[in-house]
Amino acid sequence: MEKRELTCIGCPMGCLVTVEIDDNGEVVGVTGNTCKIGDTYGREEVTNPTRIVTSTVIIEGAEKTRLPVKTASSIPKSAIFDVMDVINHAHATAPVKIGDVVIADVCGTGVDVVATRAI
Amino acid sequence: MKAYDIVIVGGGPAGLAAAVAAKRAGNDSILILERDHELGGILNQCIHNGFGLHTFKEELTGPEYASRYIEQVIELGIDYKLNTMVMDISQDKVVTAMNREDGMFTIPAKAVILAMGCRERPRGALNIPGYRPAGIYSAGTAQRLVNIEGYMPGKEVVILGSGDIGLIMARRMTFEGANVKCVAELLPFSGGLKRNIVQCLDDYGIPLLLSHTVVDIEGRERVEAVTIAEVDENLKPIPGTEKRYTCDTLMLSTGLIPENELSRSAGVEMSPITSGPLVNESFETSIPGVFACGNVLHVHDLVDYVSEEADKAGEHAAAYVAADGALAEGGEEVKVVAEGGARYTVPTTVNVERLGDSLTIRFRVSGVFTGSYVNVYLDDERISHKKKRIMAPGEMEQVVIPKSKLAEHADLKTITVKVESE
Amino acid sequence: MYDVIIIGAGVTGCAVARELSRYEANVCVIESEEDFWCGTSKAHSSIVHAGFDCTPGTLMARFNVRGNEMMEDLAKDLEIPFKRNGSLVVCIHKEELGGLQDLYDRGIANGVPDMKILSREELLEMEPNLSDNVEGALYAPTGGIICPFKLNIAMAENANVNGVDFFFNTRAEKLTRDDEGLWHIRTNNGEYITRYVVNAAGLYSDYFHNMVSENKIHITPRRGDYCILDKETGDLVEKTIFPQPTKMGKGILVAPTIHGNLFVGPTAINMDDDCKDFTATTQEGIAELIEKGGMYVKDLPIRKVITSFAGNRAHEDGHEFILGEPEDAPHFIDCAGIESPGLTSSPAIGEYIGEMMRDMMGLKEKDNWIATRKDVVSTEGLSLEERNELIKENPAYGTIICRCESVTEGEILDAIHRPLGARSLDGVKRRTRAGTGRCQAGFCSPRVMEILQRELDLPMEEITKTGGKSAMVFGRTKLEEGAR
Repeated sequence: MEKRELTCIGCPMGCLVTVEIDDNGEVVGVTGNTCKIGDTYGREEVTNPTRIVTSTVIIEGAEKTRLPVKTASSIPKSAIFDVMDVINHAHATAPVKIGDVVIADVCGTGVDVVATRAI
Repeated sequence: MKAYDIVIVGGGPAGLAAAVAAKRAGNDSILILERDHELGGILNQCIHNGFGLHTFKEELTGPEYASRYIEQVIELGIDYKLNTMVMDISQDKVVTAMNREDGMFTIPAKAVILAMGCRERPRGALNIPGYRPAGIYSAGTAQRLVNIEGYMPGKEVVILGSGDIGLIMARRMTFEGANVKCVAELLPFSGGLKRNIVQCLDDYGIPLLLSHTVVDIEGRERVEAVTIAEVDENLKPIPGTEKRYTCDTLMLSTGLIPENELSRSAGVEMSPITSGPLVNESFETSIPGVFACGNVLHVHDLVDYVSEEADKAGEHAAAYVAADGALAEGGEEVKVVAEGGARYTVPTTVNVERLGDSLTIRFRVSGVFTGSYVNVYLDDERISHKKKRIMAPGEMEQVVIPKSKLAEHADLKTITVKVESE
Repeated sequence: MYDVIIIGAGVTGCAVARELSRYEANVCVIESEEDFWCGTSKAHSSIVHAGFDCTPGTLMARFNVRGNEMMEDLAKDLEIPFKRNGSLVVCIHKEELGGLQDLYDRGIANGVPDMKILSREELLEMEPNLSDNVEGALYAPTGGIICPFKLNIAMAENANVNGVDFFFNTRAEKLTRDDEGLWHIRTNNGEYITRYVVNAAGLYSDYFHNMVSENKIHITPRRGDYCILDKETGDLVEKTIFPQPTKMGKGILVAPTIHGNLFVGPTAINMDDDCKDFTATTQEGIAELIEKGGMYVKDLPIRKVITSFAGNRAHEDGHEFILGEPEDAPHFIDCAGIESPGLTSSPAIGEYIGEMMRDMMGLKEKDNWIATRKDVVSTEGLSLEERNELIKENPAYGTIICRCESVTEGEILDAIHRPLGARSLDGVKRRTRAGTGRCQAGFCSPRVMEILQRELDLPMEEITKTGGKSAMVFGRTKLEEGAR
């Protein structure tokens, strides 16, 4: 039996969540959370941690030179630097609207990188 | 220059939300004055996610959050001027502003909403010894350079201060290939949100050194190294604990200061604690018809609360203009007081007659409190007693009191918000 | 070939340059740094001293009083912000009162006008925010405050308009005299040949002097820490408040600056010879300012500090200005050991050296010498109509770049494009005040960087804080070569 202490990032409350994991790596319990988000976060964070990645890409054809982007949903934490590498080499061309796909299925995660502002 | 009913100083989150609310409340003569070349304020450079969970029930980035309001401003046909600096606001609400096209001009307004936001505390104010080379940036300046202009302010970075912008920049610089060596925080606790410590530092193995500060900056031309030392309980560096970090950049995230030069020169009464104006339940300052909202009033942790406040300020400004310069008459002014671990409250006075359904009082605490209570007293009567597992200075707290509770308390003089051990 | 080369573009070198520009001579100034005022002229108390504390009969006494006297007309001619706010030497112990009389007597001997010894009551009426325990003061109404950068650059620009060349980033390395008596100055930018050399090298003036003369001199870098407080506090005192002077100098003073801030400093710490460029502030230095500044002024609002800095005085061991030609080094003119009251004395030193060299070299006055100079237009304090006139002419005067000090783009463009213009953020700052306010350039630095980049047509990574290796950014994000 292993216990892992995490700070829930679901909201600004930042609950201190304790996740109990058995010898097979299965979650047997989550305590310390004040809502469902904490329970889900605790379980996911020890089995399959994910993050939304935000950054910028080079944009051509506009006065602005950088376009802010994000992964449309969470990607595995382990893929962050691979995703950043792709983002750092990507180019977009104006005009762009919020939500336009800049990189489809980034690093095979099934998640798109999308624009977060119109340029 | 055309006259307007409501002039809003600042087109960031507070100004935008106030404009939209004032328009929806029925006022058709609103002008936003924005000093930058676009609306949205600081949100434009806050490209990270985490905005809007309360307002829109979804997680947005800064530019996305801003665009929701900018779109409304445009749809509603609200006037705005960009690249325009407000130079002065007079006591009788004449706004003097300037830009390239119009030159310097004055606008007589019936109501003014102050929404100028805040600025960062600079190095000088911290009295950090050492050289004054290039490479010392406040975190927000660096954020603008990286996210909007697309420049790298440094490659080997030490961050002093664990405010949210500093934490966010630790991750941001890491993503752009920089080596962030550590974040030093003078106090024994962080001034930033917990989720930012987890997501921006812990995720990337960036150490957070609590009770540490920078005691020397090396490098005549560009930063070459900084020395960090542990501090004692009086925040004085402890000799012998110095450690040198080679780096080319020192970023500072040591606090935000509401930007109230205009408010002060207009003669608005200020709070020495928040460095923002004193306001009543309607977000009206000591000058009738001058309202304040957002970070100019007090520094917020979440933009969602800025929008919420600004929304009310906008509504009340519209009501003030509609009533020809008077908010609802009658009713006594009740004081709101912070005590115990509560440092301040916004608002500081309440006229119960003018409230909607409830009164929201926002405050911050003076230290880290675990298992303490937030108690609310109407004069001597305790009407609310809530245990909080943890409260920290980095996060804003609030209590909501139903109007009915206030109305039924006869001859109410003072509402006290108190953080107590029981 | 030049008739005269001046080494150093600090306030002394530029004062000499201006005076020499009156005559028919080919003159240039070489400066090792990227701009004026990069050594001792950068960091000092910006006070125009009355001259009561110098030892009577010294060059310091003579040039201090003369410089003070000249400052008013000079400030008018060259558009330099200057004000005679008056100086007070304050006592907090009864036994110090005798010291005031000594100072008064010295002042009389030096020719300082209109001094007065004030009683405690008179003093407190004049400056109500002084400590409760003050006992009296010496009052010298001719003491003043000035913008030191404007004094320095105004004299330089005026010299330049009258034909003096300036070469920056040009470090003099070796001086030799050939058989014909010409001086050869080896620099990092090639060799310069001249008939006469003026040594205005500040902290390094001993280095050049000792290179050419057997009568050695020694300059000790004497560090001073300073801090500047928010404009909110600028009216705490109206006059410059001095303690009694000591062997180490005039002591830690509290004064308003000409731009309305409050100023506290300096400390006085002798440094090793190899520390001429050590201009870092120290914890101890700042602590001393806070302690001593608070001795004479009630409730010194030290929490309102917006910046602190340090500089080195060029302290000559005999504590005297060394002016003129050493016996064994003909055509080499020293202006060495220029420390306080160096700033005040600079116009008088310039006048003295100028006249000396005129006589030595047999120089003729120019018919068309221009005596005045226009400063960068300052929009501060302009009326709405005046501003609009300016904006109509040039819309850049309608864009505020530095919001703390209300500096417009027009002023910054002027500072960049005028002759001997700004090439760095500090260059813009010292010419226009952009970045000197309470946010300390947090807001305006990206904007000034952008303007410099655009106007000088340089890549952003070549925009520096203060020349050399002080680049502000390391190129573009996104790693890729050639990314726009």
